[in-house]
Amino acid sequence: MADKTVTRADLTEAVYRAVGLSRSESAIFVETILEEITQRLEQGETVKLSSFGTFSVRDKKERIGRNPKTGVEVPITPRRVLSFRPSHVLKDQINRQMLKKAEGQ
Amino acid sequence: MIKSELVEKLANDNPQLFARDIEKIVNTVFDEIAAALAEGNRVELRGFGAFSVKHRAARLGRNPRTGEAVAIDEKWTPFFKAGKEMRERLNRKPPQTDNQDSDNVVDVKF
Repeated sequence: MADKTVTRADLTEAVYRAVGLSRSESAIFVETILEEITQRLEQGETVKLSSFGTFSVRDKKERIGRNPKTGVEVPITPRRVLSFRPSHVLKDQINRQMLKKAEGQ
Repeated sequence: MIKSELVEKLANDNPQLFARDIEKIVNTVFDEIAAALAEGNRVELRGFGAFSVKHRAARLGRNPRTGEAVAIDEKWTPFFKAGKEMRERLNRKPPQTDNQDSDNVVDVKF
């Protein structure tokens, strides 16, 4: 299904084509956008990107886990995890296109 | 933070550019990720995280209220996994103040 992995380089190329910036300026913007989002999340803020989705940070309490190999119980320390909730627009776009692709085969 | 606030922040940091261009840059980045996912592709942003698309097969579900069986079509769902650096940054300890230590040290002799 997945034939290509999109990376920063592809996002940079898209920005470069969309606006009149150089490739290096475009690369800096891609990085800055990701960094700005990361910093907000670090502060525990929720980041909402309309028509794309919402990133939010959740606090996990300590719980008892188990090493699946040895069966030994180990405490899993409290931690913060990132969750992404896709918007309906994104889900619909993916479903529409993937369904078309699946039916075309 | 919402998208317009992100645009505003970037516009303040880049007074040489029009805000509408910044908006176009931000939209391009997320539109590009969305377009890649809609093709079934994976998007990997080292340090930040990776987006992928998971396929859910068609199944027979049940209306929890009536118990009636309902057919659920196959579907595709976007999935995000935080990157290593992102996970570490979210769990970084706040800088320790040494107030407690200095409180305990009462009779320091010079």
